[in-house]
Amino acid sequence: MPFETLVAGCLAYVVLMFGVAFAADRAAARGRVRWLDHPLIYTLSLSVYCSAWTFYGAVGYASRSGLEFATIYLGPTVVFAGAWWGLRRLVRVARMHHVTSIADLISARFGKSNPLAALITLIAVIAATPYIALQLQSVRLSFEVFATDDAPDAALNGVAGGTGLWVAAGLALFTILFGTRNLAADERHHGVVTAIALEALVKLLAFLALGIFVVWGLADGPADMLARIARATDDPVIAEGWLLKPDRWTALILVAAAAVVTLPRMFQVMVVEAADEDRLHVAGWAFPAYLFAMSLFVLPIAVMGRELLPADANPDLFVLTLPAASGQNLLAFLVFLGGFSAATSMVVVCAIALATMISNHWIVPFWLGLRRRPAGEDTEDLRGFVLNARRLAILAVVGAGWVYHEASGGAAALAAMGLVAFTGMAQVLPVMLGGLMWRGANRQGAYAGFGIGFALWMLLIFLPSVGIGKVPELPQGVDPLAFSIFVALTLNTVAFITVSIFGLPDPVERLQGLSFVSAVEPIRHSRMMRGDDRAEPLLAMTRRVWGADAALRFFQAEAAAQGKSGYLPDMTPNFLTRLERRLAGSIGAATAHAMIDRVAGGVALTVSDLLEVADEAQRAKEETQRLENATSELARTATQLREANDKLTALSVQKDAFLGQISHELRTPMTSVRAFSEILMTPDLSEEERARFAGIIHAEAGRLTRLLDDLLDLSVLESGGTQLQLGVANLHDLIDRALDAASATRPERVFTIDRDLPSEHVAVITDADRLLQVLINVVSNARKYCDAARPVLGIRVRRLHPGGAQIDIFDNGAGIEAGRQALIFEKFARLNDPSRAGGAGLGLAICREIMAVLGGDIAYLPGQGGAAFRITLPARPPGGTLRGTLPGQE
Amino acid sequence: MPDRPLFLERASFRRRRLGDAARVLPVIAVLSVLVPVWWMPREVSFASGAVWLFCLWAAMILAVWLLHRALLRAEAATLRAEAEVADAAGVARATQEERSERNGDAL
Repeated sequence: MPFETLVAGCLAYVVLMFGVAFAADRAAARGRVRWLDHPLIYTLSLSVYCSAWTFYGAVGYASRSGLEFATIYLGPTVVFAGAWWGLRRLVRVARMHHVTSIADLISARFGKSNPLAALITLIAVIAATPYIALQLQSVRLSFEVFATDDAPDAALNGVAGGTGLWVAAGLALFTILFGTRNLAADERHHGVVTAIALEALVKLLAFLALGIFVVWGLADGPADMLARIARATDDPVIAEGWLLKPDRWTALILVAAAAVVTLPRMFQVMVVEAADEDRLHVAGWAFPAYLFAMSLFVLPIAVMGRELLPADANPDLFVLTLPAASGQNLLAFLVFLGGFSAATSMVVVCAIALATMISNHWIVPFWLGLRRRPAGEDTEDLRGFVLNARRLAILAVVGAGWVYHEASGGAAALAAMGLVAFTGMAQVLPVMLGGLMWRGANRQGAYAGFGIGFALWMLLIFLPSVGIGKVPELPQGVDPLAFSIFVALTLNTVAFITVSIFGLPDPVERLQGLSFVSAVEPIRHSRMMRGDDRAEPLLAMTRRVWGADAALRFFQAEAAAQGKSGYLPDMTPNFLTRLERRLAGSIGAATAHAMIDRVAGGVALTVSDLLEVADEAQRAKEETQRLENATSELARTATQLREANDKLTALSVQKDAFLGQISHELRTPMTSVRAFSEILMTPDLSEEERARFAGIIHAEAGRLTRLLDDLLDLSVLESGGTQLQLGVANLHDLIDRALDAASATRPERVFTIDRDLPSEHVAVITDADRLLQVLINVVSNARKYCDAARPVLGIRVRRLHPGGAQIDIFDNGAGIEAGRQALIFEKFARLNDPSRAGGAGLGLAICREIMAVLGGDIAYLPGQGGAAFRITLPARPPGGTLRGTLPGQE
Repeated sequence: MPDRPLFLERASFRRRRLGDAARVLPVIAVLSVLVPVWWMPREVSFASGAVWLFCLWAAMILAVWLLHRALLRAEAATLRAEAEVADAAGVARATQEERSERNGDAL
């Protein structure tokens, strides 16, 4: 393949990447983030883990050490097997605190301490610079494969030699363009992530294509491939190299597992760029599957390269030289693009992550410390400053990588840098895990553990790798790298735990610790405020970080949430905490904390404040409990109200029915009165007829009057406006009077009266007239309705204890059928033909009302062989007083 | 009626046990990767070792996939069951009200 074509294809690919990133950013700006947020894009972006070191280096690694290359992929597989409870929690906590980087996470957990974050930034930068150099070198080497093949003249070699610079410049440009567009509260870069996802696809396709070509094109399928692997390992030298060393195997899996969460670029794509923790449901299996696919063909390619290529060929470049030597130029170009993708995506994400850390933990705090002015007087645009600091940091990071690459020159020195970077960032793991799982972990412990880990890493791993000093002599059979990893991580952990146990965290740290370990929103603490006049300076400060629009939007939303109009919310602890966390999303937790404290004038949190916070939490819990109670109380009240409403509705229906019935009852006598009076007006009537008609009119008018009297009586009774004329009464006398009075009803019927006279002499305090009315009514009813041939009327009186009396009145008629017994006390509930009864049907209703007023009761007694009523009287009516003592009494 | 709360119990119980499985899975994964290498490094280093490693790896991915699918379904089932129980409670309350209303009419 001509070198010019290669360069042109490469440039076209770069243009495509810029285009994709640009389009994705545009789509995100328009709010179309649904497909950008797809879990598959997230999973693919995680593949930034597979840098050029693994893309090219895995085959070289495998050809030297056999299956050991797989440790780099097995570590992440194990970690992602625990994605459901481990990584999801990490992402949730980090999103909750708007964490911008791994250093920011640790700093936020350990009391928003900036020096700790600055220290972690230092190790990240030291570890990453040679690693970036490694990526540049891999791109240069892959260019050289083609350059030496096709255009061996000096000019092109010169271009190839300068590729490092060109690539570095292009990557810096890409990163600055798409990585520092804004300083949003959530640090997400849709353009970069989408471009990286596409590059991940290219990487995978290139590697799979090459693997399929090797296994089915060069060899005769998997069985043949296995046979070739077995044959290759017959060579004792290779067999010695391939033999797995358990200590190395364990140490490397451990380091890879740590690196997948602690490497700045992995933290960036996995935690910072994640919209929420739900995408880990897919990534939990899809990312290990990606790694599986990337490593499936590594061993075949390594073995085939050894077989087919000259002995002095660089195994790190087998993936390129193998297809090129077989004349598969297109495949070689595809693989080249894959390697190019791996290198560029790593550098871009790494640069973004490191630049965020450098600007947030080195430059901005330094700048703010340098220009310490009275609060409120800073007016310069901090947003522009932070973005420029990031751009500068990107240039510095990529530039340092290039300088390192140029200075080191040799390929061998860089090859080990991947593992060196992994082991360096792995030193963050104990502090990070401890911070997330153990509330007792504190800042001193973090300093101690991390400091020792850092020092040991420098001494045992980093410096020897660049040729300064060396690992001390070890007994035979102990692997130096595994030894160094175990020593550094063990001492790191021990120091961290020991110092944490003896140290005492400050209150802010304890608050943060609680929030991180329990994965709950940080509890608001009531800072002492200087007053509400700080709202405006705070707005001014926020504007300097986010720009005017974003700051005003946030303040307005907060004010609206408090129920205020305008842009200045009250300085509640709630608001300050939220503002601080959102600001932390742009400039890091420590800086945000310091800035808010300076402007809002918080005083240092003390232990007593903490206790107060605990009290507040307790109070909040009680409040919740109270609210819950109130809610159930409300539900109960609502039920009661509903019942009352139902009752009222039923009453209203009853009232309408009552009115209808009353009209009907009044109309019947009225009609006959009208009809007969009309007849009376005709002249030719005999005197006899006239008298008869007048008699009818008179009777009907009487009936009307009685009805109206009854109604009036009932309405007075029901409205409770009755005045009782209380006095002592003998029931015997009352019954006598009632029988006398009732005998006028249907006088033609002769009743046998069945009484027990001695027991009737019971004295009660009651309204004798009213009680008499009830007795007359019941007795007349018996006279009216008893249909027995020889009617008997029985009366029994019983004295009650402690006081009061019971009067049973019964006859020997047919009684009232069971279904209608409940109805007889209703108004107009006449059971039989009205013409026969001649009453309005109000009698028993009135009786019931009277008895209620008297504090007693009247009830129908079923099963007595006829109609039977029981009247129950209390010793005296409730609340009533004896005659003559009532006010307003005649 | 009485089997509805039972259903909720079953769904949340299953989800919890699946959650336990998700905690154990990484431990099993790391043991199955480490133990054979410590135990018989010579057998797992070469061609047969490659077959062992990649089969184990594929099985691990499959296990995670199945587990995550089951967990998502269990979560959905729990939510559904809770909603159903809420519905059922609503229906029960409604019938009770209806009944008491009818009683009220009869009185």
